[in-house]
Amino acid sequence: MKILCLSSRALWLCAFVLSTLLLQSAPVRAQGQDRAPEYFQSDIQYGAQIFATQCTACHGTGGDQIPGVNFRAGQFKRVVSDNDLRATITTGVPGTAMQPFAFGASELMGIVSYLRNMNSYDAHGGVVGTPARGQALFAGAGNCASCHAINGKGPRVAPDLGDIGSLRTAEFLQNTLLDPAGSMLPANRPVRAVTKKDGKVINGRRLNEDTYSVQIIDEHEHLVSLTKSDLQEFSVLTTTPMPSYKGKFSAQELADLEAYLLSLKGVK
Amino acid sequence: MIPTQRTFFLMLLALLVPFALRAQVTPERLLHASDEPQNWLTYSGSYASQRYSSLKQLDPSNIKNLELKWVFQAQSLQKFETTPLVVDGVMYITQSPNDVVALDPKTGRVFWLYHYAVSPAARPCCGIVNRGLAILGDTLFMDTVDSHLIAIDSKDGHAIWNVKVAEPGAGYAMTMAPLVIKDKVIVGVAGGEFGVRGFINAYEAGTGKQLWHFDTIPDPDQPGHESWKGTDWEHGGGAVWMTGSYDPDLNLTYWGTGNPGPDFNAVQREGDNLYSDSVLALDPDTGKLKWYFQFSPHDPYDYDSVQVPVLVNTDWKGTPRKLMLWGNRNGFFYVLDRGTGKFLDGKPFAKVNWASGLDANGRPIATPQPAGVPTYPGIQGATNWYSPSYSPHTGLFYLSTWEDYGTIFSGVSAEYKEGTRYTGGANMAPIPGAENPGGIRQGPINTYTEALATGGVVAIDPHTGEKKWKYPMHDVNTSGILTTATDLLFVGGREGYFQVLDARSGALLWKQNLGGDIIAGPITFLVDGKQYITITAGNSMFAYALRE
Repeated sequence: MKILCLSSRALWLCAFVLSTLLLQSAPVRAQGQDRAPEYFQSDIQYGAQIFATQCTACHGTGGDQIPGVNFRAGQFKRVVSDNDLRATITTGVPGTAMQPFAFGASELMGIVSYLRNMNSYDAHGGVVGTPARGQALFAGAGNCASCHAINGKGPRVAPDLGDIGSLRTAEFLQNTLLDPAGSMLPANRPVRAVTKKDGKVINGRRLNEDTYSVQIIDEHEHLVSLTKSDLQEFSVLTTTPMPSYKGKFSAQELADLEAYLLSLKGVK
Repeated sequence: MIPTQRTFFLMLLALLVPFALRAQVTPERLLHASDEPQNWLTYSGSYASQRYSSLKQLDPSNIKNLELKWVFQAQSLQKFETTPLVVDGVMYITQSPNDVVALDPKTGRVFWLYHYAVSPAARPCCGIVNRGLAILGDTLFMDTVDSHLIAIDSKDGHAIWNVKVAEPGAGYAMTMAPLVIKDKVIVGVAGGEFGVRGFINAYEAGTGKQLWHFDTIPDPDQPGHESWKGTDWEHGGGAVWMTGSYDPDLNLTYWGTGNPGPDFNAVQREGDNLYSDSVLALDPDTGKLKWYFQFSPHDPYDYDSVQVPVLVNTDWKGTPRKLMLWGNRNGFFYVLDRGTGKFLDGKPFAKVNWASGLDANGRPIATPQPAGVPTYPGIQGATNWYSPSYSPHTGLFYLSTWEDYGTIFSGVSAEYKEGTRYTGGANMAPIPGAENPGGIRQGPINTYTEALATGGVVAIDPHTGEKKWKYPMHDVNTSGILTTATDLLFVGGREGYFQVLDARSGALLWKQNLGGDIIAGPITFLVDGKQYITITAGNSMFAYALRE
């Protein structure tokens, strides 16, 4: 089944596709040193959406309308490596219709992943996610807004997700929703401190750390600076209060939530 | 008797000559720099580069009384990597891009400032930095990021001569402190990320005339060229961007060389790629190569071997021997015979998986990691250019380290184009999306964690290669180290703390937060009977002495 192309240009950024195969998230092994070690289905599909709205006018839906270039066949004029692809996309090709595109890292990851796997991709099909529905899940059934803020609006217990769509790839976000502890970045691991003086327990999230001190935001949203020599315990936990949405959300709901997160590009 | 004009002149001369001689830094004084602990006459404190001082005013019993005496704020927001010279009561430093400042080491007040306008063609890979000066007579010597070597009058800061060493537009840059040996000023060039062909040059101190030239990548008719295939050598790297050392008895000067080019795509340059990642022993009179030792043949990890060679005379297996100690970016600590280059011992001092060990000749037993698997140490190495220290008093070698730090290396094809980056890498951190310690300075917030890297100071017994102690740091450590005869060890770090440790045990004796990365080495000197310590942090230099 082919992915449906979205009719609205604005909608492409609001759309994300999650195939049923995607839930298994089998990586596609890349060949050679000039390519990433592997490409992920969620990135490929995110890239497909971007390609459909931004690239097909010149390259065609099959990626073969420019003489000498056939993405599906892996034929390029000047590109060898993934870095070459990124450079060509972000700087354009002077003297041609190929203009520079101001894509973020997650978008570039998606497009490169898609172009590298275009030939095998279209056979899979997928589910289209809608950011508006994802936003409703974020605030409602997902209960995400009880911990995460968006651009400073909301609680600060967990990281602000206002620019998460610029920081993380589609693959990364999908993994986080399905396995939050397994994909939690080290900097987001909760910490627990117990003072020597009065045995006070402080739970929070690290903002900064050095050899002798640590600065955290605690569970009551207080900024706390602790001297390590004053602590009887300082633990970095690998568990997380964030629930897994595996089995809780349908494929469509997951696609919607991811589409919403990918649409969060920060305040310009 | 009324003196005649001639007699009067001779009397005046007789009065002035001792002072004039005192002001002259003769080659003899440089040979015995360690005998003048009140001064700091070379980048590494002496030709042996031990960064060890025999001063004893500061000791473990009074170090808690260390007090800030002055601060010098550089007029630059670039990294501040300078090591000062202190010569008979005057301090000379550099600030970015290539200013020289003469100041009072008691107050930090400035005598004069020499400004050099750097060519816009300059393109140093890793910051517009300078690490310091050399001096001979009354002349200071500074090399520049646009690859000039300049002689400057130490009395008034005017330029005496200025020679072009290399073409900055081709990627050549100079950031090291020069080394003066006899009447020569010896320098090397950076540019290993631009596919330059590294070299070391010697210049006549009085005139700037070039006296000899040594290519670190051999010509086709030279020994070592067989370690290259085809024309790969033409852009083979082997840059020389840190100051060397000198053994006057052997009359050999030692210099470390950097990575081969392109840095990471080793399939583009078959062979051992001599003399990249090596130490070279040269005759300072002629520039002729006496011996070499290559630490990381055919290096795909950017393991520059530009660390300052530390020269030590001690017993080795019961026999007095002239040794060279080397904590390498590749994670191994080496002991070499500096008369012959013979490998004596080598052991890892941090997590290493790119090699399973060293063979009897010191050649690494390579264990390349599968695609996607981290290699340890990572790109910045288990240590880097930060000056280590050796204390003859403790017999230990000290160096700053990056611990448990890896990189997923991935080479990509690179095409050489003069003046553009020629690295051939698409490397990644082991944890996708996580903040990773980079080679450049740290901001005020440390957002990477122990999962990516930590740092520290390690003390190594050269006789066994074993760690005697380790002082762990949360952040990676980019500081140089100083030790003293009272078994104090001074070290900074990227967190901005300036720390004093017990050199025998590694115990913390004193610390102060200076609020900015420390990426230079501390020094010590004596003025008017008071022992001072200086260190740069962030964009400032801080001077300490005991509370009065």
